[in-house]
Amino acid sequence: MADSSSEEIAVIGNTDLTAAELENNRNNTMAEAGTALLKRMEISVAEAEKRTGKNAVNMQETYTVYLIETRAVDTATDGQNPTPDTLWRRYSEFELLRNYLLVTYPFIVVPPLPEKRAEFVWHKLSADNMDPDFVERRRAGLENFLLRVASHPVLSNDKIFYSFLTEENGWKEVVFETGFQAKADSRLKALNATFRVKNPDKRFTELKLYSDELQSVTSQLLRVRARVADRLYGVYKVHGNYGRVFSEWSAIERDMGDGLQSAGHHMDAYAASVDDILEEEEHYADQLKEYLYYAEALRTVCKKHELLQYELEVDAQDLTSKKQQREELATGTVRTFSLKGMTSKLFGQETPEQREAKLKVLEEQITEAENLVIQKNAECEEFVQKAWVDMERFKEQKDRDLKEALISYAVMQISVCKKGIQVWTNAKECFSKM
Amino acid sequence: MSGIIVDPTAESASTQEITTDVSERMLDLDEDDDLEVFSKDATLADGSLFNASMPTSPASMINQFEEDADEKDIFVTVDNPESHVTAIETFITYRVLTKTTRSEFDSCEYEVRRRYQDFHWLKGRLEEAHPTLIVHPLPEKFVMKGMVERFNEDFIETRRKALHRFLNRIADHPILSCSEDFKIFLTAEASELTTHKKQGPGFLSRMGDTVRAVAATVRGVKNRPEEFTAIQEYVDTFSQKINSLDKVALRILKEQKEYLEDLKECEPMYTLWSGSEDELAEPLRGMAGCIDRCCRETGEQVNQLSENLVPALHEYVLCAETLKAVLRRRDNIQADVEAKSETLANKMTERESLKEEIDKLEDKMEFANNALKGDWERWQKNMREDIKAAFMCTAEKNIDYYEKCLAVWESFLLSQRSDLTVESSGEQDPAPQEIAKDEAPQAT
Repeated sequence: MADSSSEEIAVIGNTDLTAAELENNRNNTMAEAGTALLKRMEISVAEAEKRTGKNAVNMQETYTVYLIETRAVDTATDGQNPTPDTLWRRYSEFELLRNYLLVTYPFIVVPPLPEKRAEFVWHKLSADNMDPDFVERRRAGLENFLLRVASHPVLSNDKIFYSFLTEENGWKEVVFETGFQAKADSRLKALNATFRVKNPDKRFTELKLYSDELQSVTSQLLRVRARVADRLYGVYKVHGNYGRVFSEWSAIERDMGDGLQSAGHHMDAYAASVDDILEEEEHYADQLKEYLYYAEALRTVCKKHELLQYELEVDAQDLTSKKQQREELATGTVRTFSLKGMTSKLFGQETPEQREAKLKVLEEQITEAENLVIQKNAECEEFVQKAWVDMERFKEQKDRDLKEALISYAVMQISVCKKGIQVWTNAKECFSKM
Repeated sequence: MSGIIVDPTAESASTQEITTDVSERMLDLDEDDDLEVFSKDATLADGSLFNASMPTSPASMINQFEEDADEKDIFVTVDNPESHVTAIETFITYRVLTKTTRSEFDSCEYEVRRRYQDFHWLKGRLEEAHPTLIVHPLPEKFVMKGMVERFNEDFIETRRKALHRFLNRIADHPILSCSEDFKIFLTAEASELTTHKKQGPGFLSRMGDTVRAVAATVRGVKNRPEEFTAIQEYVDTFSQKINSLDKVALRILKEQKEYLEDLKECEPMYTLWSGSEDELAEPLRGMAGCIDRCCRETGEQVNQLSENLVPALHEYVLCAETLKAVLRRRDNIQADVEAKSETLANKMTERESLKEEIDKLEDKMEFANNALKGDWERWQKNMREDIKAAFMCTAEKNIDYYEKCLAVWESFLLSQRSDLTVESSGEQDPAPQEIAKDEAPQAT
């Protein structure tokens, strides 16, 4: 658990940033108890800054960079805070990292990045990428991403990930040198093509279905939630008008004046309280969003498996047909219709020498194909094995996180209700004095 | 029998700037103000009952009794709306029940049925006889467009309550309750009432009043006593403020309703989701349940607003107009005196008779002024109590709402937390549990 490791070293250094308890909570839910990486280092995304510079086509652009802080965990400490190592990264570099991980570990459900553009916003929140609230939530999301990767049993050991955290310069080049791009492009093409698998693995089919359902329901939920937030905002804010009118009215009243005036203040407080309430609700929305995007990652793994399975089937089919061809050549019988067969019937049989030559070539091809199939099969099996392990891990994580999210939501609602009771009790008191 | 009626809502001062766009109220002018509804196609069955339940809430009845328990000797209730269908119109009548020990009444219990135009007639008569007394307003003749439908049960119920209040305010009034017209209204059979209505000043007199009112605004009053100027200023501001509050309350109601509609959509989402999950299925169903219960509570909140606060505020919007009319009438009387006195100063002949006239008018004015002064105190007291009661009720309902929702979420939390502690020990659950410690004795 990312936070349990930070709690162990809480004595040494406090990595809590601006985080609200709820945000901290989210980091707490990464229950992967101390991966080797996290045992060694603390990771955080401390700040965000605006930069302007020339881009690839030599045009001015404004972008945001995020400060990644890493700090060595030294158990033999003298109580001092070691200064963290820092480097700056843009969102696009995070994307590059993630794409690399996706290609290199196709069987892993790779943690998602926070959204590129603000989605599911309710009207008050800006959908502008430069908006400070959006930037702040993105900062938190990026930190969450890094912690997720760092707490993953497989991903945390990746060298490219490590250098992402530690090597500011030249990291991009190193990534490109791995040649993952080429793999990425070809795989992307294949994945997007439609293909049908003859013997689908039932477990993966079910998982894919589940990922679709999860995506669908979380996105609908997020949409409705945004609308509800909008409405709630309206309800609270209109109460502010009570405050103003009561105050104006109290000026002409003798006996009622004081009661009206003070009640008005409480109405103002009530109206103002919605801002905090909705900010906390955003945390809940962010948690849902993470799993919306996780669902996508899950689906991707299933798709990749499908692709592998498909390729295996194609290869196996190829082998079978080649074997058939050999048989036909060897026995001279034509089992299936083939142009060769037809032409040989029309234009006469081949000479035995020709047949020998063909058979030889075919034998080689068959051996090749057999090896290919064996290889592909092994690849498939390995994929399935590894993927299944990660699926289990993911499932546990998801159940834990989402349950925690629901609990946090309940806690938040309780707080909202308590505040409401307080405000209206105060208001009632003022009314009673009118 | 339609005269020029001053529409109480025509002058609603909607000048207050409210931050959120508010005014969507439009008046729906009916063809004939005597008829509540004009329908050639009368599809409602004769005498269909709308609401045969409690005439008034027990609470308000008790309040009535407690208030002037020793002195109160007349009790009026308005209930039992029924629709009536004839060849040309469909309208609604209400049962008016009177219980009294007053000697002027032959019997001690009366039951009659009255329709809106009867109430309207009564109000007119009372205002004519006592131009400077503050008569409680009637619910609006015209229907708010888009707010409520005419035959809608809620509308009828709201109107019934307002009519009930109207009669009770009159019954409570030391002077108005002694009015002969009032007595006839409460006791006469339908035909008797019709006959009585036709007698006495009516159309023409009201005409005269209005003409004089117009003339008075042209003439103006020269030496209005300070106290009435103060009241006028108060009324002007009060009218503005109460109109604003009315709009605010309506807006809150609208937003609340829309919130409820959207909130309702959350519950099926969670239920749907729970179908895809196994471990999470139960907590998700729990969430769905919580939201469902909160929706119900929000619905109650909405009801309270629309049945209680909104009508209460609206009544005082109408009161403000009544007050303005009362002040105008008082001014008219004074203007009359001033005008006649001026004439006296310029006239050489007929001075005696003119002086007599002026004396009478001055008596009338003094009487009117005193009546207003007395009633003004009374009105302010009633207003304070009514507004206070309306807002207290709203505050109480809101407290109740939040308390009920609190219970819902707390029990959900309890059910989820107990699962957690059973599942695994040593699982860290930092922030939420700190808060939970306050609420439930949870073993961590």
